[in-house]
Amino acid sequence: MKNLRSHITGYSTYAIILVFLLVLTALSVVVTGYHLGAFSVGIALLIASVKVATVISYFMHLRSENMFLKVAVSGVFILFGLVIIITFFDYLFR
Amino acid sequence: MGETGGEIYISYLKHKGKYKGILSWLLTTDHKRIGLMYFFVITVFFFIGASLGALMRTELIAPGQTIMGPQTYNGLFTVHGIIMIFVIVIPGLSVVFGNFFLPILIGAKDVAFPKLNLLSFYLYALGAVLAVVSQFAGSGPPDTGWSFYVPYSVESSTNVIFALTAAFILGFSSILTGLNFIVTVHRMRAPGMTFFKMPLFPWAIYATAWIQVLATPIIGITLLMVIAERVFGIGFFDPSLGGDPILFQHLFWIYSHPAVYIMILPAMGVVTEIFPTFSQKPVFGYTAIAVSSLAIAFIGYFVWGHHMFTSGTSYFSRLFFSLLTFLVAVPSAIKVFNWVATLYGGSIDLKPPLLYAVGFIFLFMIGGLTGLIQGALATNIQVHDTSFVVAHFHYIIFGGMGFAAFAGIHYWFPKMYGKMYNIRFANIAFGIIFTGFNLFYFPQFIIGMQGMPRRYFDYLPQFTPIQFISTIGAYILVSGLVIMLINLFYARRKGAPAPANPWKGVTLEWQIPSPPPLENFDGIPEITRRPYFFGEDKADKKD
Amino acid sequence: MTDHIVHTEHIDRETGKLGMWIFLFTEMFLFGGLFLVYAVMRVKYADDFHIAAHDLNTFIGTLNTVFLLTSSMTVAMAITAIQKNERNLVLFLIAVTLLLAALFMLNKYIEWSHEFKNHIYPGSKVLKNLPHGQLLFFGLYFMMTGLHALHVFVGMILLTINLVKVKTGSVNHEYYLLLENSGLYWHLVDLIWIFLFPLLYLVT
Repeated sequence: MKNLRSHITGYSTYAIILVFLLVLTALSVVVTGYHLGAFSVGIALLIASVKVATVISYFMHLRSENMFLKVAVSGVFILFGLVIIITFFDYLFR
Repeated sequence: MGETGGEIYISYLKHKGKYKGILSWLLTTDHKRIGLMYFFVITVFFFIGASLGALMRTELIAPGQTIMGPQTYNGLFTVHGIIMIFVIVIPGLSVVFGNFFLPILIGAKDVAFPKLNLLSFYLYALGAVLAVVSQFAGSGPPDTGWSFYVPYSVESSTNVIFALTAAFILGFSSILTGLNFIVTVHRMRAPGMTFFKMPLFPWAIYATAWIQVLATPIIGITLLMVIAERVFGIGFFDPSLGGDPILFQHLFWIYSHPAVYIMILPAMGVVTEIFPTFSQKPVFGYTAIAVSSLAIAFIGYFVWGHHMFTSGTSYFSRLFFSLLTFLVAVPSAIKVFNWVATLYGGSIDLKPPLLYAVGFIFLFMIGGLTGLIQGALATNIQVHDTSFVVAHFHYIIFGGMGFAAFAGIHYWFPKMYGKMYNIRFANIAFGIIFTGFNLFYFPQFIIGMQGMPRRYFDYLPQFTPIQFISTIGAYILVSGLVIMLINLFYARRKGAPAPANPWKGVTLEWQIPSPPPLENFDGIPEITRRPYFFGEDKADKKD
Repeated sequence: MTDHIVHTEHIDRETGKLGMWIFLFTEMFLFGGLFLVYAVMRVKYADDFHIAAHDLNTFIGTLNTVFLLTSSMTVAMAITAIQKNERNLVLFLIAVTLLLAALFMLNKYIEWSHEFKNHIYPGSKVLKNLPHGQLLFFGLYFMMTGLHALHVFVGMILLTINLVKVKTGSVNHEYYLLLENSGLYWHLVDLIWIFLFPLLYLVT
């Protein structure tokens, strides 16, 4: 049975996304030049997270996938985040 | 659908496919044959692991050296743990009964990826063989304990890398099986079978599969780190290089605690199938049992630090982990309540599957409650690293998962092989096993409280009477296991033909012949009813 | 949900994709363990990490990021091309992806050679004499980029297999699950690098 969801993304869409990703990459390099102390990790990770979300949504087509998969992908990141946070319950309070 | 006597179909055991003879097994992609191959390997390794345990118990029958020295003893408890944990109980019920019955119970002809399933089996077999090889090749059997704690796992001159590699490969097998089962449940359910019309064993397998997929990779990378530590001195866990040995413990238990839920969730699923059949009424609290499986899987991810209360972690993290540990007990307790409520008012048929299932509840309760004793920070200090812990986990794993496995074997044996075993001998075996089990493990709680350390090959004279009784209990337990095995083995060869539905069950596996045909069903079934429907008058109107 | 089993070599597309996504989850957690160690060590040795990271060439790191991001685009485009049955374009795009991957690996080789020349490698005497935080930084650097490079290599093999199968026609506009799943795998390799890049090269 043919898939009803034959949604074809155009080449130009992908090119625009790449430009966006390259801009963010340049931004993250530039930002490291500034002395922001503890914030620099946060900003670098924030930019990286936006890039990751973009690749997942557009290049990996999560945008057009079913709700279960979207929830599962988010769940995986949240779960991993929780594991890191809980590990730091030990390291930050020793 | 024909009964077995009719011979109007070809069972999966007699089906003639592309390959003949032994190749028809080694190259099969039939989930039922794969399940049986796992069953065979697991049974062999179970008796190897049990024999190692019996040897340990023999050493402990009296203080001082009895039959072996301390190095040998350390090697024994290490390989006993590796085999029992990585080769038997983690794969255990998933690969045997999950493989055999998950597709059937959801009305499918096979799993989502049959060839991947076969690959999982070969990875498993390779890992199991490597674990044995680690005993004999090179510089001696590993003596680190199955938990490979640093720094000793880095310093020990024994074959640690062999064992780590074996565990890594076994983990990879587990991951692929979990992946296969998740996709199977999502994509292969028969028309009309929504998630909440699925029987509860598939629910349990589904929850387990998520843990397999999301926890096992962490132990994979951790084992690689230990190898990097041994080979390169990479330093993550070495304080002399700036690392933290407790970081290893975090990483190790981030997997190994969820791993125990990989062990117990399928076991709970098995007994959840048995109770309605042998009470001839629907499961009480279907939704609660389904959701609690997911709750256990989820909450169980956040309790790992309770293995590390005496390791030097922060007070705040200890508080957190203790609280979460008490929380994770709640969904398990909900299940126990629902099982008992299922039995209540039912038409009870005390056959071997039910005997083992009821034994499961009793032993699992003891294991679970003693887990709470360890989960409380103050009492943990008294019992950590003592026989109390050993008794706790044997009650949960052996008394819990083991008895559920025996229950499942006695429940599904007629379906898998088309033969019936001798009920009387099965009951006798149960009695001996149950008696031996409690005589063996219960006293270990007592001497654990009194200070008997675990993983010690010798002990103070005051522990001698109980250690002696314990060892006798172990021998009784083993005899019971042997009787059970002989009974089943004999039935496979010479048992009476079993009907399609010897226990009057109502789930899909009992609607097809014993043994099933290759593709399970004549056509794909259409599901209209909820899974445990015993007739209108017995319908649970609340569900 | 499928309502019949098709006895062909072909796996249903949605089933196959779901399987691949779940496999990607396992890869995320595999690398996740290393990210956890990194997080703990970075908090503990913030200054040493800063010093050690200076040894890495930010330009090469940025270039590698550009290579991988672009290769993600080209492999995504290859899926569009095969959906549109533009076979030659598919072959071209996969080839470009492979080229970018090869350039990435070349860069990796250059970087590692540079470190080895300075006697910086896991277990070396020079490394053991560095302050602890720097030693651990390099341990993490080699293990994380090494494991990542291994995955790049596997991805390249998958892409090459696809190249051959598109040529022979067994991967085509009616059945292209292998290409789609290989693309997903390739994007994962990119995702991991997107996090590795700032954590290893942009440490301030």
